[in-house]
Amino acid sequence: MKTIQSITTLFCLALLLLLAACSSSQPAAAPEQGNQPAAAPAPAPSAGEKKEIILATTTSTQDSGLLDALLPVFEQQSGITVKVIAVGTGQAIKLGEEGNADVLLVHSRKAEDEFVEKGFGINAFDVMYNQFYIVGPAEDPAGIKGVQSAKEAMAKIAEKQSPFVSRGDDSGTDKKEKSIWKEAAITPEGSWYVSSGQGMGETLQMADEMRAYTLTDEATFLSRKLNLEVLVQGDKSLLNPYGIIQVKSSAKPEEGMQLIRFFTEEQGQKLIGEFGKETYGKGLFVPDAKKR
Amino acid sequence: MMTQDVWEVIWLSLQVTTVSVAIGMLAGIPTGTLLGLYSFRGKRFVVALIYTCMGLPPVLVGVVVYLLLSRYGPLGSLGLLFTPEAMIIAQVILVTPILAGLTMSAVQAKERAYWETAKSLGASPVQMMITIVREARGGIWSGVAAAYGRAISEVGAVMLVGGNIEHHTRVMTTAIILETRTGNFTAGLQLGLVLLAISFLFNSFLMAGVLNQMKSRRR
Repeated sequence: MKTIQSITTLFCLALLLLLAACSSSQPAAAPEQGNQPAAAPAPAPSAGEKKEIILATTTSTQDSGLLDALLPVFEQQSGITVKVIAVGTGQAIKLGEEGNADVLLVHSRKAEDEFVEKGFGINAFDVMYNQFYIVGPAEDPAGIKGVQSAKEAMAKIAEKQSPFVSRGDDSGTDKKEKSIWKEAAITPEGSWYVSSGQGMGETLQMADEMRAYTLTDEATFLSRKLNLEVLVQGDKSLLNPYGIIQVKSSAKPEEGMQLIRFFTEEQGQKLIGEFGKETYGKGLFVPDAKKR
Repeated sequence: MMTQDVWEVIWLSLQVTTVSVAIGMLAGIPTGTLLGLYSFRGKRFVVALIYTCMGLPPVLVGVVVYLLLSRYGPLGSLGLLFTPEAMIIAQVILVTPILAGLTMSAVQAKERAYWETAKSLGASPVQMMITIVREARGGIWSGVAAAYGRAISEVGAVMLVGGNIEHHTRVMTTAIILETRTGNFTAGLQLGLVLLAISFLFNSFLMAGVLNQMKSRRR
């Protein structure tokens, strides 16, 4: 009798464990389910109802604080609540493909064009750009300070095998880095080339700890206090254009378009240009809206 | 996606976890046994401390270890940050209290009966301790399994101090985060399943231990 009881208890325990384990491996899929109930009860946006849209964007727009400066203004004017999912460009685009977001604000031109070509997106606009820097320790072991072209600087780093931390997370910044290596006809390999698989902030921190070089966007770099120096900037290949795209399968095209218009028209563009001036003495993003 | 890279990630997870739990056992089981057997001034405080540490947030441990090992921190000269060793240090801090706490409970449950018998048979203190650890092994095993489960599924601390560096400190949990963030949900889920299988193995282990204990209790 006692044995049966204890065995039953154990089975229940095992089941619970399995359930717990199963549910903890699910968060990847959770956001998908989260959106559907929100979409279902609001097919016809009536005036009194609370309207919501989902903006999938890169971590850089969120971490830099740009969205905190823009979205409250938009939400107040339009009455539309914007839910932000800040992830890597790769995942943001995936969210769009699966219809789990209404609007994308991302920065990987090639991936964006593919997204539109494959019929997942419409109404694509240029919004703004910011800069990438190649940063590194003040000692500059590869001697890249003042080198004009990003390609040459990276080639020097590879030649000296100076430590370089790569995002390695398929993000917009990571794609940019890979494209520069490709331009320089170098396949970075070896113990000097460290792939962190993490966000920009973490990667910068790692480069700082390791006395290594890395490629970073301006906004994230300026928002961190680190012992790294900007060594290469201004090259054309280091410009980082952002695009805003409407997801074609979105259930709320009207609201999505309102958000896109806000970002690309006068008021939003002005706010983008002014963002960061107070804190850093210069704007972090340069507005340049135009329809593609 | 079961490529060489994946095996490498799984292998590193197992290595880091096993070493951490082994070190944790060396420190936690004797501590737990002593606490279970002897009373002393301030014991309640020590016990409360251990129970609190059993629930330490891994991220907090991660931050503290990070700051200690940082280039700008007190142990920076060791150059351990972003290495598997750093991950082991964090894991040991996380699992040792679990091992000590659960060993203590297990020993306390056995103590009265065996302590008296062993003493009356003229056993030395060391012999008595060994006897009691042996008698309480079921409970101690479940502590080991719990510690293993905690260590292998832990992500916050190893991400911070290991850095998720490819071919160097990338383990299953940090790889799952990366796969998810890059939109490879399938790959993330596959790795999650492997993690689940390993957890299941160790929990079966736990069940076997508990069953053993129950059998011996019925005798």
